[in-house]
Amino acid sequence: MEPALLLIILFAPLIAALALAMSLPCRPLAVGSGLVQLTLTMVLMFQLPVSPSAVIDGGYSFVTSFPVSTLPSFFTIHFTVGLDGINAPLLLLTSLVGLAAVGVVPQGMRRVREFHVMLLLIIFGATGAFISLDLFLLYIFYGVGLIPAFLMIGIWGSRDHKLAATQMLLYLTLGGLVLLAGLLAFYFSIPLELRSLDLREIQQVLALSAISNQSTIFILLLVGFGTLVSLVPFHSWAPPGYASAPAPVAMLYAGVLNKLGIYGLIRLGSSYLPDGIEQWSVLLQVVLLTHLLYIGWVTIAQRQLDLMIGYASVMQIGYLWLGFLSLSTIGGAGMMLLMIGHGLSTALLFAVTSEIRDRVGTMKFADLGGLARKAPRLSMFFIVGALASIGLPGLANFAGEILIFFGAWGNYPVTTGLCLLGLMISAVFMLRAVQHVCYGEVSEAVEKTGDLAAGSARWPYVLMMSGLVVFGFFPGLIIEMAKPVWSLMIAGATG
Amino acid sequence: MNWIILFTPLFAAVLIALLVHPHPRLSAALSISACLISFLSSAMLVFDLGALPLGSFTWINLSGQNLIIEMGAMNDPLAQLMLLVVTGVGLCIHFFAYADMKGDPGLSRFFAKLSLLMFSMLGIVLANNFIMLFICWGLLSASCYFLIGFWFQHANAVEASKQALVVHRVGDVGFLLGVLGVWWVFRSVDFTVLETMLAGAQVAPARQNLINWMVFALFMGCLAKSAMIPLHVWLTGATEAPTPASALVCAATVLVAGVYMLCRIFFILELAPDVMEIIARVAMVSALLAALMASQQNDIKKILACSALSQVGSMVAAVGIGSVTAAMFHLTMHAFFNALLFLSAGSVIRALHQERNIWNMGGLRAKMPVTSWAFFIGTAALIGVPFVFSGFWSQQAVLVAAWTDHPGVFWIGLMTSGLTAYYMTRLLLVAFLGKERSDVVAGAGESSLLMQLPLMLLALFSVIGGWKWIGVVHFIDPDFVPNHEAGVVVMGLSFVVLVIGTGGALALYRDVEQDPVSIPLFARSFYVEELYAATIVRGQNAWAKTLEWFDQWVIGAVLVRGLSSLGTVGGELLRLIQGGNLQAYVFLLVLGVLFVCYWVLFRAHGGV
Repeated sequence: MEPALLLIILFAPLIAALALAMSLPCRPLAVGSGLVQLTLTMVLMFQLPVSPSAVIDGGYSFVTSFPVSTLPSFFTIHFTVGLDGINAPLLLLTSLVGLAAVGVVPQGMRRVREFHVMLLLIIFGATGAFISLDLFLLYIFYGVGLIPAFLMIGIWGSRDHKLAATQMLLYLTLGGLVLLAGLLAFYFSIPLELRSLDLREIQQVLALSAISNQSTIFILLLVGFGTLVSLVPFHSWAPPGYASAPAPVAMLYAGVLNKLGIYGLIRLGSSYLPDGIEQWSVLLQVVLLTHLLYIGWVTIAQRQLDLMIGYASVMQIGYLWLGFLSLSTIGGAGMMLLMIGHGLSTALLFAVTSEIRDRVGTMKFADLGGLARKAPRLSMFFIVGALASIGLPGLANFAGEILIFFGAWGNYPVTTGLCLLGLMISAVFMLRAVQHVCYGEVSEAVEKTGDLAAGSARWPYVLMMSGLVVFGFFPGLIIEMAKPVWSLMIAGATG
Repeated sequence: MNWIILFTPLFAAVLIALLVHPHPRLSAALSISACLISFLSSAMLVFDLGALPLGSFTWINLSGQNLIIEMGAMNDPLAQLMLLVVTGVGLCIHFFAYADMKGDPGLSRFFAKLSLLMFSMLGIVLANNFIMLFICWGLLSASCYFLIGFWFQHANAVEASKQALVVHRVGDVGFLLGVLGVWWVFRSVDFTVLETMLAGAQVAPARQNLINWMVFALFMGCLAKSAMIPLHVWLTGATEAPTPASALVCAATVLVAGVYMLCRIFFILELAPDVMEIIARVAMVSALLAALMASQQNDIKKILACSALSQVGSMVAAVGIGSVTAAMFHLTMHAFFNALLFLSAGSVIRALHQERNIWNMGGLRAKMPVTSWAFFIGTAALIGVPFVFSGFWSQQAVLVAAWTDHPGVFWIGLMTSGLTAYYMTRLLLVAFLGKERSDVVAGAGESSLLMQLPLMLLALFSVIGGWKWIGVVHFIDPDFVPNHEAGVVVMGLSFVVLVIGTGGALALYRDVEQDPVSIPLFARSFYVEELYAATIVRGQNAWAKTLEWFDQWVIGAVLVRGLSSLGTVGGELLRLIQGGNLQAYVFLLVLGVLFVCYWVLFRAHGGV
């Protein structure tokens, strides 16, 4: 029964997209598919075994698997999907942000049907990538999520969107090639007769013998996945890309799809490449600190709201890298929480930003101001998103960050201490943004701005905000899921 | 029962924010009743009137990793006393706030924020572990931010609120480092566990350094929250909040949270005697500097804010010299008389249509007798008029504690009390006595009964609060033995400085038209704010601009241009997208997927 539910979660957006292509009503179908995804994801999360055994299906539950191609006999591609405590929270994030993204699509836009179809394809790709247990399948789904995103930025974007889309395409294609090289290197370093692309089998093979040549593989994967999560110095595509994307795309991309990079590194790096991480740990620390502080300062200097939010979201990914570096269960549990927190807060901020752009027509801090008077609800969502993203206690980001600090503190006290400086920097730029946008005298541009309409316009915002609150108050919901898997993984990697 | 105390204000805040906000009176009623419920249930808990057993809730359970965060509630005399202070004084302020803020378009918003502040502070009081303390610590910063920026159309208020939150952030980071240190050294964050573990423990000399840094980092939290020098810059800005909020911030919540936190973790402070000495000195010097600042302010709220800082400095100093009892005793008394002073000032400001400059007041005694009397009583308690007023007893407790072993702290403390007498007499002479200094005073009248009642109540406690039969001291420490010998000497000396301070102010400020003394250094809070603006703020902005330039023109442009010129791929794609042809995109999409498939299969094939 449950494996079927997982398949429904995966294919709901695709089916909705196909139905839309046959000119059925857009919004109800898209929202419906989002609701189906969210409900079923929650059902499955509560059914996840408390203490999974690594012996059955490598610790994964609800597995569906069948061969797709047996073309070269040694290279069988399987369609294999399943859930465990690491991808389940990310699936939840996907369905939450996916539903909210569908909810904020402006109804009056041109080619609204194509927009919905492509949006659902992104959601389909993201869902598939997170639940794939086959590396090849993961790569394909990643592509399915990525390509519509470029197109949507190119077609429906704002600002200098064509340049942004091209730049993003170039970066991500090249990053993708490096990633592919890394994946292949990984694949070929498994002993010949045991080679597999199936995470379950890799798990069992590598439990017996450690992988060779970890250093090279890790650095390839780091650059490949790093480009995807916009790690310094491969970040230039991200802020303008997010800023010029239509709101739903920015939400899904900055909130969800880029988590795939971290997720991939967790799956392959934390489990199988501990020596690689060890060898590159100095470089990782330098990159991570540069990322946090450098991007933090660049964010301070931004003069436009959308770019600033883009940079801010990139900067806060830095804490995820600290968690990754910590190679500990505490840090790992923190990463899971922070991925959800970051995804929701970033999505919330992008949704609000884009709403402000549509209503006010400018993104320059100098021309904004006094929004709290004209649009109190919209301002409230903005302030909640801003405070969440700088780690206000009681919201999900805080719980994640603090666990990451606890996890990393033992091995890297100095780096962790320096990372804390990022907390001050982010407070400076976020509060400045709130000051410029929401407070002060009502500016000329804001004078005619109205607030969000009641009811149907508000629920996506409320949904994201509630997610932040729920996981901030009850981080145990995520931790209990992630803990056993991380413990196994860390034990396997270090023992 | 503890959970009712804690969560009723949060419930009220959420309810107002979500549902009730279109109805200001209902919102106010909700917030006030929440505070009342918290107060009543605190009283039931403290006086053992059928309080329910305490529950706890596991927030994070990583048991294999020594990280179990069990949210519970402390129920020791320290927490109980603080509960009564916060909810009791808070209740008076809530009532006053309704009368004061009636008619403000943001009344609902104000009460939601006030309730959020109450929730955060009660969370700090009840916290049974470092994480819960830190969570509420951060929420307190946030609610303080909201309240200071309440009138967000005023640029000053917004700037001040931002500054406050950034300064609190600096303290938070230090505090968090301290918490991480505690967990790293002792493998627990739970106060009860830690206290049992550390009872009578000796620190190995090799670890002393680490422990010292850890304790100092924890003190950073107090440094920011209690606005000690050099992080005091946010406090004068905090007067931009509506007056009742300033009263709550200065008298019973944010400013004293640092003191309470130090008392709560006193068993850890004791491990680092050297750091405690530093704490005592920093705090006492802050107290002195704050008193100097107060002597030159012209804004009545700023004078009171500086005075609160000065008093809080002496509380922190009391903790630093090892006397939690004196610190908490003074904290309690200060909560009464500081709230009283702030609220009377609020009553004056309302009567004078938001006039806050004392040089535009004068002659208020005749116009507003009740408010003036309340202010006189508050002043008498603050400057420590002997034997009758509460502040006298608690200040004596602090000074006596410093007398034997900490002469430096004692003498600075004594100077501070002299200065306190001086600047408060100045305030009384200029603002309340003498002749009317401006036209606004002529039209002023006494405030409504609803505003007077909280004043009377607070005035009562400002008088009797320190009396022996009220028993605040013995509530904190049942075995407290007063040091009578030192007491007599200290009392004599305090009386002398009181007379000197009052006399000095009388000599200088009786019947003057304008301030005869002008010391810009004090008036501008030692130029620390200007210093920060010129160095840190400006430096950071310039640095940020430089990096932004680098990011855009070196990392962004050069790399991207370099990549695009690798082939015509970029140009071709750009042309396609500019063409706006949907078929082209779909074609591109399919092509991309095919390309990826081909790549994987081909490479895999060729690689073997």
